[in-house]
Amino acid sequence: MPNTLPLGPRRRRFLPGINGTFAAVTLTDAELVAALRAGDEAAYANVVREWHSGLLRVARIFTPSHAVAEEVVQETWLRVLGALDRFEGRSSLKTWVFRILVNTAKTRAQREGRTIPFSALHEPARVPEAAVDPERFLPDDHPHRPGGWGSPPRELPEERLIAGETREVIERAIEALPASQRAVISMRDVEGWSSEEVRNALDLSEVNQRVLLHRARARVRQALEDYLAPEIA
Amino acid sequence: MIDTEALSCQELVELVTDYLEGALGERDLRAFEGHLADCDGCTEYIDQMRTTIRVVGTLTPNDLTQAAETALLQAFRDWKRSPS
Repeated sequence: MPNTLPLGPRRRRFLPGINGTFAAVTLTDAELVAALRAGDEAAYANVVREWHSGLLRVARIFTPSHAVAEEVVQETWLRVLGALDRFEGRSSLKTWVFRILVNTAKTRAQREGRTIPFSALHEPARVPEAAVDPERFLPDDHPHRPGGWGSPPRELPEERLIAGETREVIERAIEALPASQRAVISMRDVEGWSSEEVRNALDLSEVNQRVLLHRARARVRQALEDYLAPEIA
Repeated sequence: MIDTEALSCQELVELVTDYLEGALGERDLRAFEGHLADCDGCTEYIDQMRTTIRVVGTLTPNDLTQAAETALLQAFRDWKRSPS
C-alpha cells in the first residue's frame, strides 16, 4: 500500500493529545481497535507513526541506547498485534500500548542484566534536588530577605533564543538529564502530551510527574542561562 | 503549607511548575502571586521557565525512520496472514 499520509515533523506540536486531523487519531478507540483487528494497514501505519516518538522516549528510560529503544518499540508492536484480540478497552488503546512497551523494556533489561531506574521514576521526591543553586540565595539568617535572590537571573537576549545553537544547547541539556526526567520533559514539552497522558504512559502519580517535569525544566533553564549569561554580564 | 508572609524567593522557585500546571491551592496561589507582584528576580525566573518551555517546544520529535516503518508494516502483514 502506498504511503499517502503526510509526515511533517512539526505536526505533533499542533496536534497535541488525541485531537488530530489524521484518520487514525480521529477514530474513536473502539473504531481504531476494530480497524486494526480487521487488518486495516493504513490505520495501523498511522498510529505507529503518531505514537512512535513517544514510545521511543519512554523506551529510552529503560534502555542503554537509542538503537535498543528502537528494537523495544518494534518488539512492542509485535506484542500488541499478538494481544490485540485480548484488548478489552478498560484503558485507552494508547495507555495499553505504552504499558506493553514498559513491560517489554523491563523484561529485556532483566534478560540483559541491566538495572532499571524504578526508584527514579516512582520516588523522585526521595532525593531532593534544588531548582536553583542554593548559593544564589541570601542565607536564612539574612536580616531583611532570608532566602531572597542574591544573584537573580537577568533578562535573556531574545534574539539569541531562536538561534540554532541555542536549540542545540537545549537538546544537549535534555540528553544529559536522568532518563525519567528526560522522558517527562520530552513528552510534555516536545511532543505536547497532556500530563494525564504522560501519567498513564509511565504509570506515574500526578505529584511525581510534576516533580520530574519541574526538575527537568529547571535544569534546562539553567543550561539556557549558563549559555546566554556571559552575553548578559 | 506555605506561610503567606514568609514565602521566600528560594521557596518560590520550587513552586513554579505547580503554578504553571495550575496545581497550587488557593492559599499558596495567593502567596505566590503576592510575592511575584513585588519581586523582579522571581518574575524574571518565571519568564525564563516559560521561555524554556517555548524553546523546548521548537525541538523536533523523533520521527519514524524508513527502515523501522518498513519493518513495522511487514510485521503487520505477517500478523494479518497468521494472526496469533
